[in-house]
Amino acid sequence: MADLTAAQGFQPRIGACPACDAAPLAQRLADQAKAAAAHILILSLPNAHCALCITQVESALLAQPGVRSARVNLTLRRVTVEAPGLQAADLIPVLARAGHVAHELDPDALSSTAADRAGQDLLMRIGVAGFAMMNIMILSVAVWSGAEAATRDLFHWISGAIALPTVAFAGQPFFASAWASLKAWRLGMDVPISLALILASAISVFETTQSGHHAYFDAAVMLCFFLLIGRYLDHRTRAIARSAAAELTALEVPRATLLSGIVEKTVPVAELRPGDTIRVRPGGRIPADGIIVDGTSEIDRAMLTGETLPVAAAPGLALSAGEVNLTGPLVLRVTAAGRDSSLSRLASLVEAAENARGRYTSLAERAARAYSPAVHLLALTSFAGWFWTSGDLRLALNFAAAVLIITCPCALGLAVPAVATAASGRLFRRGLLIKEGTALERLAEVDTVVFDKTGTLTLGQPRLMDATVIPADLRPLTRALAEGSSHPLSLALAEALADTPPAVLEDLREQPGQGVTARWQAHRVSLGRSDALHQDDTPTLSSWLSVEGRVALRLDFIDRLRPGAEECVARLLANGLWVILLSGDRAAPVAALARQLGIQDWRAAVTPVAKAEAVAALADAGYKVLMVGDGLNDTAALARAHASISPASALDAARVASDMVLTGQDLSPVADALAVSRLATRRIRQNFAISIGYNVIAVPIALLGLATPLIAALAMSASSITVTLNALRLGGGSR
Amino acid sequence: MEILAILIPVSLGLGGAGLGAFLWALRNRQFEDPKGGGERVLSDQWDDKPRPERD
Repeated sequence: MADLTAAQGFQPRIGACPACDAAPLAQRLADQAKAAAAHILILSLPNAHCALCITQVESALLAQPGVRSARVNLTLRRVTVEAPGLQAADLIPVLARAGHVAHELDPDALSSTAADRAGQDLLMRIGVAGFAMMNIMILSVAVWSGAEAATRDLFHWISGAIALPTVAFAGQPFFASAWASLKAWRLGMDVPISLALILASAISVFETTQSGHHAYFDAAVMLCFFLLIGRYLDHRTRAIARSAAAELTALEVPRATLLSGIVEKTVPVAELRPGDTIRVRPGGRIPADGIIVDGTSEIDRAMLTGETLPVAAAPGLALSAGEVNLTGPLVLRVTAAGRDSSLSRLASLVEAAENARGRYTSLAERAARAYSPAVHLLALTSFAGWFWTSGDLRLALNFAAAVLIITCPCALGLAVPAVATAASGRLFRRGLLIKEGTALERLAEVDTVVFDKTGTLTLGQPRLMDATVIPADLRPLTRALAEGSSHPLSLALAEALADTPPAVLEDLREQPGQGVTARWQAHRVSLGRSDALHQDDTPTLSSWLSVEGRVALRLDFIDRLRPGAEECVARLLANGLWVILLSGDRAAPVAALARQLGIQDWRAAVTPVAKAEAVAALADAGYKVLMVGDGLNDTAALARAHASISPASALDAARVASDMVLTGQDLSPVADALAVSRLATRRIRQNFAISIGYNVIAVPIALLGLATPLIAALAMSASSITVTLNALRLGGGSR
Repeated sequence: MEILAILIPVSLGLGGAGLGAFLWALRNRQFEDPKGGGERVLSDQWDDKPRPERD
């Protein structure tokens, strides 16, 4: 692809202009840069935090042969390594030896350059507007303090010479967006802004040519400056969230092991085609939908259905992408990959649900809808009124411009972004990432919280309930048996018996789907399921330990609670929210968990569609639902809910569908998020009230024709600063 | 009032210099890693000379 474009760049063409020839050249250079970028590895360093970390990481990497350069970005907690021929897997152990955890990031998924450029562009416009504002203010202060005649005219001319190019350059984002909304026959917030900018500049130029007393160059530039700051804050909040979300996606570099003949090859999942044969090792995630052709194992379907118990898998069974292979290696024939897989098919369900939610209008939009017509009407009234009473066109235009400038939503433009920046910054420090702009406002309205069980309230990792049921003499043997398998129950058992030295076993064999068997001191011993002998339908997760000549022992496991789950549910209940538990798992474990957490309303064995329907039914009944879930079975419900949160361990699809992502393991930020969102919405309303309050005082002054550029400048900066300070009160508190 | 003919260009020039410095910093990606920049000061490596850039 890159080669093709580069080759096109070399085609000789007859240049109509030098710039046209330069364009393909630039394209070629960009492609060369991209090719060089292929050597670049990006690793995430979640624990880097200080100067020492920078030095350790960089020197450890640079000491590695083949590494050309390594540069840590502490703000993003990433290191960019230029190392041709090296893989991330070569460098991660190097960093581990230096004491740093590192994960590979997919550089393609981190293509935030466009957003970066937009942010830089806004910053540059802010810089220019700020420079112009300072210089014009110096001149304006002289005019306000009584510069007369020729001096005043000179100052006005200089101000104009600075202000006109500045407004033309720095105002472009507003003009573009106003034009776009006018073309769609709407009156956005940017229409009165653009009108005020243009009218103020035009009137001021006219007044200056007539050696008039008042010119509004300072007001026009100040307007640009404050509104651009609001725009930038808005952009930055979104860009941070987007890049962090991209980082979560980039953490999973999906690969599959393709079998062609006898050769095994690791390929990206995107390259899989139906009919391919792939191998899935024990512990690996199924990369694509397929049918088992060889091997037996057990399959963890928790992500898809919420069941905690693994399912036995044998040739002929159809598997879906996203399931986890537990005990034995499997060979699959791919039936659907990528966009056609069941993972992606759910996306259509998600889209339909999201449309239902997309109709939400934010507070800012509602304010703009009421505000823009009112402003235009006021300006028009003042123009008509003054023209009718005085008959002086110049005077009437002057006063109308003053009204437009004074009512211009300077503080209004800052009111929402400043609060959103402060609130999302505070939540980010607590471990919650906000992906959607209106998520905070929607979250504030929530009165019902629906939780998923497996992977959300619990970690989906079993824990041995009671280790004392195993007699002391059998413990070494049990640990040795447990270590013979990578089944989650075996792992939990081995962890519970970590203090016991393992016994020596002979002939240790794992039968996928059945368990582990071995010989110990001439006895046959086994650990695993025992449907053959003991027909058990106990509600809990359990495994059987049998030793020849002794009674078989039942070992019970429970799913581990996510840290902070109890606290989170308790706080939600204390705040008077209705908490519901919907799980795809069987009734007994769901009931046990609900009892443990004090949740009154629960439903078990809920299918994915039923989950979404339950959420929709609640919404139709007038409840505002917050959905917290992680699995594929929650995806549609997450998209349908009024607001949604998923943990970082969730499937890609679930994270995409939800508004907010928990970055850590702890669940307690969910309760914080509700509190902060309510506070944020209150601050936004306060900010609206403040800016309207300023207008209530200033508009009559402007209507009466008493507004001078000094009053306009005072009202504008005072209201903007008050609003920003009010928003900043939100950011502090919990550090 | 002749002083204005000197003072105004001087003030504009100073402001312009500030703007130029800001735009230079922006173009040179000085705002890319503000936290790292603050911490790197504390590191004793590359103290005697600027770190060679290999871009």
